[in-house]
This record gives sequence, C-alpha cells and structure tokens, in this order.
Amino acid sequence: MATPLLRLAGVTKRFGGVPALDALDLTVAPGEFLALLGGSGSGKSTLLRIVAGFESADAGQVLLQGRDIGALPPHRRPVSMVFQSYALFPHLSVFDNVAYGLRRDGVPKAEIARRVAEALALVGLEGLAARRPAQLSGGQRQRVALVRSLVKRPPLLLLDEPLGALDAGLRERTGFELRALQRATGAGFVMVTHDQAEALALADRVAVLETGRLAQVGPPRELYERPATRSVAAFLGAANILEGRVRADGAVECGAGCLLRPAHVAPAFALRPERIRLVAGDPPAENGIAARVRDLAFRGDGWMAVVALPNGGEWRVTLPADAAPPAPGDPVALAWAPEALAPLSA
Amino acid sequence: MRRVGLVLGLGFLWLPILLLIGYAFSADRIPFQWGGFSLRWFAALAANARMLDAAWLSLRIAAGAATLAVLLGGMTGWVLARHGPFRGRALFGLLAGAPLVLPEVVTGLSLLLLFVVLQGAAEAALGWSPDRGALTILLAHATVGLAYVAVVVQARLAGMDAALEEAAADLGAPPFTVFRTVTLPLMAPALGAGWLLAFTLSLDDVVVASFVSGPAGTTLPMLVFSQLRIGLTPEINALATMLLAVTALALLGAGLLLRGRNTPRS
Amino acid sequence: MRRALVLLPPFLWLLLLVAAPVVILLGIAVSEGAPGVPPFTPAISLQDGWRGTAQNLLTLAQDGYYAAALLRSVLVAGVTATLCLLLAYPMALGIAAAGERWRVLLLALVLLPFCTGFLPRLGAWIGLLRDGGWVNGVLIALGVTTEPLPLLYSDGAMYLGMVHAYLPFAVLPLAATLLRRDMSVEEAAADLGASPWVVFRSVTLPLSLPGAAAAFLLVFIPAAGEFVIPELLGPPEALLVGRALWGEFFQNRDWPLAAALAVALLALLIVPIRVFQGLDEGGSRRGASPPARGPGERPGMSK
Repeated sequence: MATPLLRLAGVTKRFGGVPALDALDLTVAPGEFLALLGGSGSGKSTLLRIVAGFESADAGQVLLQGRDIGALPPHRRPVSMVFQSYALFPHLSVFDNVAYGLRRDGVPKAEIARRVAEALALVGLEGLAARRPAQLSGGQRQRVALVRSLVKRPPLLLLDEPLGALDAGLRERTGFELRALQRATGAGFVMVTHDQAEALALADRVAVLETGRLAQVGPPRELYERPATRSVAAFLGAANILEGRVRADGAVECGAGCLLRPAHVAPAFALRPERIRLVAGDPPAENGIAARVRDLAFRGDGWMAVVALPNGGEWRVTLPADAAPPAPGDPVALAWAPEALAPLSA
Repeated sequence: MRRVGLVLGLGFLWLPILLLIGYAFSADRIPFQWGGFSLRWFAALAANARMLDAAWLSLRIAAGAATLAVLLGGMTGWVLARHGPFRGRALFGLLAGAPLVLPEVVTGLSLLLLFVVLQGAAEAALGWSPDRGALTILLAHATVGLAYVAVVVQARLAGMDAALEEAAADLGAPPFTVFRTVTLPLMAPALGAGWLLAFTLSLDDVVVASFVSGPAGTTLPMLVFSQLRIGLTPEINALATMLLAVTALALLGAGLLLRGRNTPRS
Repeated sequence: MRRALVLLPPFLWLLLLVAAPVVILLGIAVSEGAPGVPPFTPAISLQDGWRGTAQNLLTLAQDGYYAAALLRSVLVAGVTATLCLLLAYPMALGIAAAGERWRVLLLALVLLPFCTGFLPRLGAWIGLLRDGGWVNGVLIALGVTTEPLPLLYSDGAMYLGMVHAYLPFAVLPLAATLLRRDMSVEEAAADLGASPWVVFRSVTLPLSLPGAAAAFLLVFIPAAGEFVIPELLGPPEALLVGRALWGEFFQNRDWPLAAALAVALLALLIVPIRVFQGLDEGGSRRGASPPARGPGERPGMSK
C-alpha cells in the first residue's frame, strides 16, 4: 500500500488525567473521505484538533504523507480545518476571508484574485465577494468557510461538524455538495460528526470513536450490516441486541426465549428492525419468536412497531407500508433469516 | 408608567445640566441669574491663565494616562480572555479588578504612600528623587484606566469566537500575524472606547490627583474643586459647557465608529 | 515564550501600582506617627526590626468619632444606593421597552452627564440650591415660602448630589439585565392569567434581582468612600469616613491614622466587593457563551 495521507500511531491525550484519546491508531488514504463518528466526549474533536495542531498529543505520532508533523505549530501544517462555528473573520469581506490563507503564503496578488474568484464560483457565491459574513445566510457562511480552507489546496481537509449548524432541509443538499467538492478537489476529508446518517451517507469509511478508542472502522455498509460491538450497533441506528447462550450443536438460546440458528456463532447479535418479518400463524422454531404489539408509529415509508417479548423485553420491527399493520395489543409472529443476525464481539 | 419614570429620571439628570448650559451664556456676575445673553464668561475663561495652564496639564496627563492604560489594559484584557491558565492567574485577575472597586480615597492614599516610599528609595540610592506632580498623577490615572480598559477589552474578546484566531493560524498565519490581522482589528473598537473612558476618568478625577500630586501639579479638577469650596463662579459653567460639547462630539464619533464596525450594512 | 511577553508588563505594573501600595498602606496603618517627612516611623525597618503598633486601629475602635464616621458612611451609601435603585428601575424598564433606535439615544442620555465633568455638575447644584438660587426663586414665586430656605449645605443637598452623580451607575446594569431577559417567560405568565402587575411582581422583578444587586453595589461601594460631594454640598459637620481620612491626611498630617481609616473602610467594603465581583463574573459568563451552535464537544484549555 502507498504511503497513507494521514497516519496516527498510538496517539494519546489526557485532560487533567482523564484520557480523551487512548493509544489511537488510524490511517486516511489520499483522496479518502473519512467520517469520525462519536457522541460527545468520545474524543473526536480532540483528534481533529491534534491533527490541526491546536492540541499536542501526550504520546504517539501524527504523520502527514509520511512526515511527522507532531511538533509543527498550526500555521506550519499543510492541513486546513473548517470550524464548527465556521470562524469567518467578521471584520473582513468574503473575498478577504477566502484570500486570507493565500496572502499568508505570499501568493501574488493577481493569482489570489483569480483563485478566490474560482473558489467562490465553485460554490456559487460569485456575487457575494464584497459582503461581510454577518450579511450571509447560514448556508452561504458554511460554503465560504469551506472554500476558505480549500482555496489553499490542502492535501487534507479537517471538518468539525460542518453541517451541524444548518437546518435539516439544507443539510442533505449541502452534504451532497460537500462530497462533490471532495471528489472534485481530490483532497482527503476527515469529518467529525455525531450524526450517524450523515456519516453513513457521505463517507468512504466511517470510524466510530468511543471514549477515546476506535470501536470500529470500515465502509458504511459494513458498519451498518456488521457492527462489531453492542455500542456501535446501538449508535448506528435502532438495532435490537440479542444476548444468548451458545449450545453444543451451534444453535444459540437467546435471552428473550427464542432459538437462534445464525450463520456465525457468537454470544450476542444485532438484529436490524427492517430485517424482521411478520409471518402468519406460529413463528418458526428457529429464528423466530412470538410477541405482542405495544406501540405503532407511521414513518411514511413504513411502520415502526415496538413489540413486547415474552420475557418483558422490547424490540423494534419495521413493517412495510403497503400491508395493513396489526393493532396495538395484537399478538404477532416474527421471523428472520440466519444472515440477518450480525455477531457482536463485545 | 414606564415612560413617566424614564422622563422623570432623565429630567432629574439633565435639569441642572441644561440650566448650567443656559446660564453659561448669561451676562450676570452671579451664576444662575439671567443678565442677558453674553459670551463674556467664555472670554473670561480664555483669558484665565491659571485655568488654561491647569486645563493644558490635565489634557496632557489624560492623553498620556489613557494611552498607557490602553497599552497595558489591552494586554491585561487579552490575557484574561485568551491566555490559558498560568501560575498567579487568580492574583492577576484580582489586581486587575481592584482599581474598579477600591474607593477613590483608598486608591489615592495608597498610591501616594507608594510614591513616597519610591522617592525615599531613590533619595537613598541616588541622592536625588523626582518631585511628585504630573508624572505621579499620570501613573495613578494610567493604573485606574488600565482596569477599565481591561474590562472593556475582555468583554469584547469574550464575545468573539476563540476559533477565529485558530482559523487564522490554520490558514498559515504565524502568531504575530494572527494578532495583527485578526485579534487587533477585533479589539480595536474596545481599545478606542477604553481610551475615551480612561481619558474621561482622568480628566474628571480630583481625589486621586489631590493625593498623589505635589506642589507643581495642579490639574483642572483640583483647581475647580478649590474654587468651588470658596464659591461658584460663572466661568465654571462656561467650562462645563465646553467640556460637554467636546465630549458629546467625541462620543458621537466613537459611537458611529463602533456601529460601523459591528452591524451589517444591509 | 511569546505569551509571557504579553503577560509580564501588565503583571509587573499591577504588582507595583496596585499590590505594593495596598501592602504599604497596611504597613503604615500599623506604624507610629512621628514628626518629619514622611511623618511616620516605618513599622518594619532593616535596622530596628518590628516597631509596629496597633494603636491607630485601637484609636479607630475606641474613639467614637471615627466609629461614627464609618457607620454614617455606610448609612449614607446605603440610602444613596437605595434611592438610586428606586429611581433607576423605572428608567431601566423604559429603556428596555424602547425600540432599538430610541434605546441607543436613551442610553446616551443616561451616560452623557458623566461627561460634563463631575465638579461642574456639583457646581450647578450649588448654584441652584443656594439662598438666592434658582430653586428658592421658584419656591418663592410659587408662594411656598417667603424667605429662602436653607437648602444648600444640608443632608438633603448631599443626597441630591450623590444620587445625581451615581444614578447612571445604577441604570446601566439594570438596563442590561432587563434587556437580556427572555420576553417569552413574561408572555407565558400573561398567558397563564397573570395581570401586567402580577407579571411584573412575580416574573420580571425576581428575574432582575441580580442586576438590581449589581446596581445597588455599584453605587454603594464608591459612595461609601465619597469625599467630594459631602464636602461641597453637605453640612460642614457631616462626618463621613472619606472626609475624616482626608482631614487626618491633609490637615492633621497623621498619615498612619489616615491609613488605618483606609484599612477600616476596606474591611467594611470587602464583603460587598466580593459579592459584586461574584455577580459580575456570573454576568460575564452568561454573556460569553461561545457562538458554537451544534452539540459538539469543546475540550478544555491546553496546558
């Protein structure tokens, strides 16, 4: 494999004795879009700030294109960052904001004018070069912040919750624009987010961070289908977690009172709501269970049912919209395919 | 109800001032008695050498003290808002805030005692020491002004996203360039307002100046105070009228400056 | 490093011109008076070691004159601050209720009197209140009195001057607090059936108490040591700590006793000052929330 764009090796950071990052290893390939997914306190922003140079790691290495940049101050690092608050300079026009980094590099005036104009055209802000940030909408500010970093043509762009401040309608569209921009520039993107849908939709690979450790790294589909741990499964949407006891014959007795016959044997599984079917009559003896509908919510493309299990537990089950749904209180028989059971290691 | 309270309060604040301005143009020798329109007290003021000397001294002290206060107070405000934790931070904050809450008589007396001790030390070491006067007043006023500037600057910086400076560094600006291109422009309105504040405080102070001054330094407020103890003269009304006109214009300018920088021109 | 270069000049300045003077003040408060220049024997010297005395502080406690001055100063400051608060509250409400353009103008009108100079404004009160002054003229013209009333050099004149000088200090923090308040809370109270007066009493007033406390202390603290206003407008015998300190220092040249009075005044004010600084910090923390809008994390300061 070629030299990775970014390689973190054993990066550790503590704040007042509390570890924010714990011996973390991570690589980003050139031109890759990586999402760092985690809840608050998972260390994802700290990781970004260590790469940008605003925090220094207590231990470990930060290698950019094979070069250790751990000792460089932020202004000497060839990475750029898009801040969660955008951090647009309020006293400078849009043009001067975008030109700021080029001026610091001593780029000739004419070239600055050309590159800033190009960059603004790229995100459709040609007419707004003279405005101040306060005179822009939220979406426009976000795009100014983006091109202000990209105009320097950094090999690696760090984005801290880039869509976090936008309202829902704008978020999806801007997300697509973000990915198109990433493809067009060929820069590596590392995006911090707490929104799993955003991470799955945009990134080539998703790294799930949990209290300073990497819980799992992989392509979105793999993470979704084969979460490695209970917490990754829980974080990536409403998965049902099945705890079980492995029997000598390879079957697993689940705590809810069903018998699992999985493709891969494990003591626990994630079972996605959309992988569960309603069956007529009794549930199958293996990979099936009888339950009672507790609650039902219409979701547009289907129904989300909360069902009560014989042992008192609850599962979520997605039902197609075209079929008549059962009423709350109705008994239902559930079944699933063996490969729907995603084994969990922890 | 609210309007009535507001109008009454503003009336109370402004009635003596409006009367003062009006009677500054009265020809009568007795202040606050109308003797026909006249500019004679402005002319008398312009011919009063003691008053003019004191005013000139006060203006120089105020300008010097305000400038020092902006330099040191700007640093102090920046440290309080942006510097990370350091040993002695609590003491630093306490000292920076102290001049705001110490009664004037305490500030004046304690600074005088310091200057006396310093003079004694200079006498012992060099056989000579400078007199108290304009310099000691300037140092005292700069110290009080520093505290006010620091508060204004700290408030301004606290309202500013700390990520702005990080963004500048991220875009390739070394620390001093970050300061010159981002921090300083953002602080500028606060520094301007702080300068005006320190200038006004210095120009208005009689207590601290009376304590720390020596035989050579009589500022305008000290002179006016000694005159008021004897009795009111119409010249003081003329003086106040001019002061108000000048400060009103300066404040208007500063206000326009601040508005221009802060609000979008949409 | 570079940061230390910014920290050092103000820190040294503050140590020399704020910390050292207070330490010297404490030292001289326990020194013995002596004829000469300067008129005291240092409490600690290299040759003689400790020669301090608690005599000055004992004098303050035993001589009813100084204790009365301290007590009366607290009383005058308390009355002044209360009067300012009562006057300032409706003014601040009016300013907070005004539209944005008016608000700037009104705040300027509250602040501008600061700039006429403090002394000429007192001069105006002298001119208005003296026997042949404007106020007596109006009173006689209205037939309230036939002879001029002795208005000047009275407690009344002193309070008038104090309130006039300190009123803006009370209006500003109150107006700031009232401007920051969440109007929807009051609308909710009205929606739940509260009349305008009940809304004010049960919601607006309690929520503005921190601002009111700041306003009160912002007047009380400087007023307790006030010297110039009682000197120019008050009765000649009005005994306040500021005047007693001034007199001991300038007339009696008893520097140690003046220093002891300053220390006593500081001791009296230390609690109000700490309370005020606590309120102030709470206020600036509220105002200083970072503009980040997402639920992202923000690590602590780097070391």
